[in-house]
Amino acid sequence: MIEFFRKLFAPTNSSQTAKERLRLVLMTDHLSLAPDMIEQMKRDFIDVIAKYVEVDRDKIEINFEQQDKALAMLANVPILAVNRNGGDGGKKREEPEAVDAVATGTNGTTAAPALPRRKRRKKSAPSAVAPSNASPAPAG
Amino acid sequence: MHEVQPEPVPVAEKAKRGRAIVITSGKGGVGKTTTTANLGHALAARGCSVALIDADVGLRNLDIVLGLESRVKHNLLDVLDGTVELDDAIVRDKHNSSLVLLAAAQTREKDEVDTEKMKALVERMRESYDYVIIDCPAGIEGGFKNAVAGADEAIVVCTPEVSAVRDVDRVVGLLGNKFRPQLIVNRLRPALVKKGKMLSVEDVNAILRLPLLGVIADEPEIIVTTNRGEPIALRKDGATAAAYHAIAAKIAGEDVAAPTVEIKETGFFGRLGALFGGAK
Repeated sequence: MIEFFRKLFAPTNSSQTAKERLRLVLMTDHLSLAPDMIEQMKRDFIDVIAKYVEVDRDKIEINFEQQDKALAMLANVPILAVNRNGGDGGKKREEPEAVDAVATGTNGTTAAPALPRRKRRKKSAPSAVAPSNASPAPAG
Repeated sequence: MHEVQPEPVPVAEKAKRGRAIVITSGKGGVGKTTTTANLGHALAARGCSVALIDADVGLRNLDIVLGLESRVKHNLLDVLDGTVELDDAIVRDKHNSSLVLLAAAQTREKDEVDTEKMKALVERMRESYDYVIIDCPAGIEGGFKNAVAGADEAIVVCTPEVSAVRDVDRVVGLLGNKFRPQLIVNRLRPALVKKGKMLSVEDVNAILRLPLLGVIADEPEIIVTTNRGEPIALRKDGATAAAYHAIAAKIAGEDVAAPTVEIKETGFFGRLGALFGGAK
């Protein structure tokens, strides 16, 4: 809604639009140019989650999606079990409850490491992971 | 028996190792050739010996921008093939004898260039010239790779447009760190930037994050000078000529102030102006 009014009243500054579009497209470009880096990041990400809860590695989905004004990393991580005292979920395989714990009410959870405080339910607005265009990506 | 000693190389000749700089952009039509021609003149005006190589095989243009088209008899591929000596293929500039051109072949194709031979040629030319400047074709295919092969520095030319910025970003990624690419923002229209209708130099470089070598305004006189085959850098005055000379000074290692915008309204159209980096 706010966005709507902002758009309605703000004078359209096309250079600003150009800047925004470029920023987004280049992030997407850089991601597609560094598939190895992305794969490694996904593996690392899963390893981190698996340190705390037991996850179904085969069913994990991690994707990048262009949102309105941000690039988001969306992760759907089915959790098989959560240990009573926490920790080391990856090792002992208790009865798989196949709880898609992440998907409570939403279809995806934000994967940004630094944003657990976000409690919005609606829209499941994912956060931007935004590997900024600093990534040198000399991948040929 | 004593061994044959290698012939002593004259010290003066051995000492020279000019710089090999490729002018590239990814996107076509952003002004690579115009930039090459003007920087060639600006560097030569400083008393340096400069060789320009048109690496855009099949679409030769640097000769006509320099006004040397009628003098070209041989080309880059003749030299690479070994059918013509380098000294016979180069064309000396009309205005400044320390500037020479090795033209591209017009009737051949880019993939006829042998990358290793190109490398060797640039290496050889560095022994005779302070600067070997290579005008790269658009694209990132074989022509680009050959143009880049012999260079060890890169200047990327970018206009303040989304397509050009994206392509430069890609090219910089392909170049890697080895070439230490520096940026020239070309065809800037300060009045449009002021109105928020064009990306500013800061906008462009917030994305590309490259050392800024200079800024050239969108100057109608460049069309005139290109029509005549007399690059604008040959002029004694004017902001655009000054901007090219400032870039040349910066390339040569002089401490040049950051380019500043100067908006001047000329005539009716409220046309404007040029930008230049004045020497400190």
